[in-house]
Amino acid sequence: MIPTPDLSHLTRQDYEHVYEPAEDTFILLDALEQDVEYLKSLRPRICLEIGSGSGCASSFLGALLGCTSSLYLCTDINPHATKCTVSTGKQNKIELDVVLTSFAHPLHSRLRKSVDVLLFNPPYVPTIDEEAAEAQNSADIQGAWAGGKNGMQVTNQLLGMVESLLSSNGCFYLVAVKQNDILSIRKKMLEGYGLKSEVVIQRRAGGEHLFVVKFSHGPPVQ
Amino acid sequence: MVRLITHNLLACHVRGCNSNNFPLQFQDVQIGLREAEFNPDFLRGFLPKIEWNALVDSARQLGDTSLPAEQPVMIDDDFLKTLHHVLLEIHVEEGAMVCPNCKHVYPISNGIPNMLLADHEIG
Ligand SMILES: C[S@@+](CC[C@H](N)C(=O)[O-])C[C@H]1O[C@@H](n2cnc3c(N)ncnc32)[C@H](O)[C@@H]1O
Ligand SMILES: [Zn+2]
Repeated sequence: MIPTPDLSHLTRQDYEHVYEPAEDTFILLDALEQDVEYLKSLRPRICLEIGSGSGCASSFLGALLGCTSSLYLCTDINPHATKCTVSTGKQNKIELDVVLTSFAHPLHSRLRKSVDVLLFNPPYVPTIDEEAAEAQNSADIQGAWAGGKNGMQVTNQLLGMVESLLSSNGCFYLVAVKQNDILSIRKKMLEGYGLKSEVVIQRRAGGEHLFVVKFSHGPPVQ
Repeated sequence: MVRLITHNLLACHVRGCNSNNFPLQFQDVQIGLREAEFNPDFLRGFLPKIEWNALVDSARQLGDTSLPAEQPVMIDDDFLKTLHHVLLEIHVEEGAMVCPNCKHVYPISNGIPNMLLADHEIG
């Protein structure tokens, strides 16, 4: 059992601007823990989390896989979040290399077919599109949840980049809720990019029906 | 943290800036050195992903000339230790990175590179 990362250094003021780990974060941690043997078998060299927020998930991944065995890259559009990601890494003795950017844009050309483990717990809450666009621009706490139509406005943009980022053995863990229409996400990734998928965990928590879906070129390595 | 391992993966992404946009050139940097645990296995696995000339060049900009100009064929522990230091132990804390092509300036503050672009610059 790997403990949940120590977040005691983060304060109420931090959480005014940065997403506080909640059920959606914890279901992602549970999925990673459940898959730990598979993840280790990939011998990952590059892990990348988009939208790392507090840094909780990447710190956990680093503890699961070993702090020296991979590069742990994190991005977020929110400057407060990138600071918290760094400090949470430090607090948990995992070096997290953080970049303030939308998605993985400045990393994309060099990371082509190179990411072994990709994580995204996106802003998935359905809102009107304008609200999501505004939240993306202001890059503050609203950007942590405002997801536009079906909660998919931000996720859809990343879905188009996943296949070109993943290494041949690489895998992508996505957090989603029922309103995002899990079946159609999986169908789109299979038909559009040949990526196979499975639901790693689903559960109802705090009024949401949460899913973690894993995508890969499959069949997984032994 | 802008360590050289990450710097070696960052390219300018301003709209239309598609060639000669890597590696970003360091400018007015303040660096810190922090020891990291040596993992030869990781370094061997990561080596194929490195753009060697960019790494050598960028390390020199930070005042580190320990890397050979050509990537050695024989990978021994001495070489891996040098590589370890250059990739993982040098932290650029403040300063900027400038695109060699379009000259866009990406600031680094508290060890975090700001790669955000304004709407009209996005590709
Ligand atoms: C639901 S929160 C998840 C935070 C953290 N990963 C966790 O699991 O607790 C979504 C995060 O994505 C970030 N985000 C939203 N849009 C983004 C984008 N276009 N690029 C990168 N990060 C983004 C938000 O700032 C926020 O930190
Ligand atoms: Zn440029």
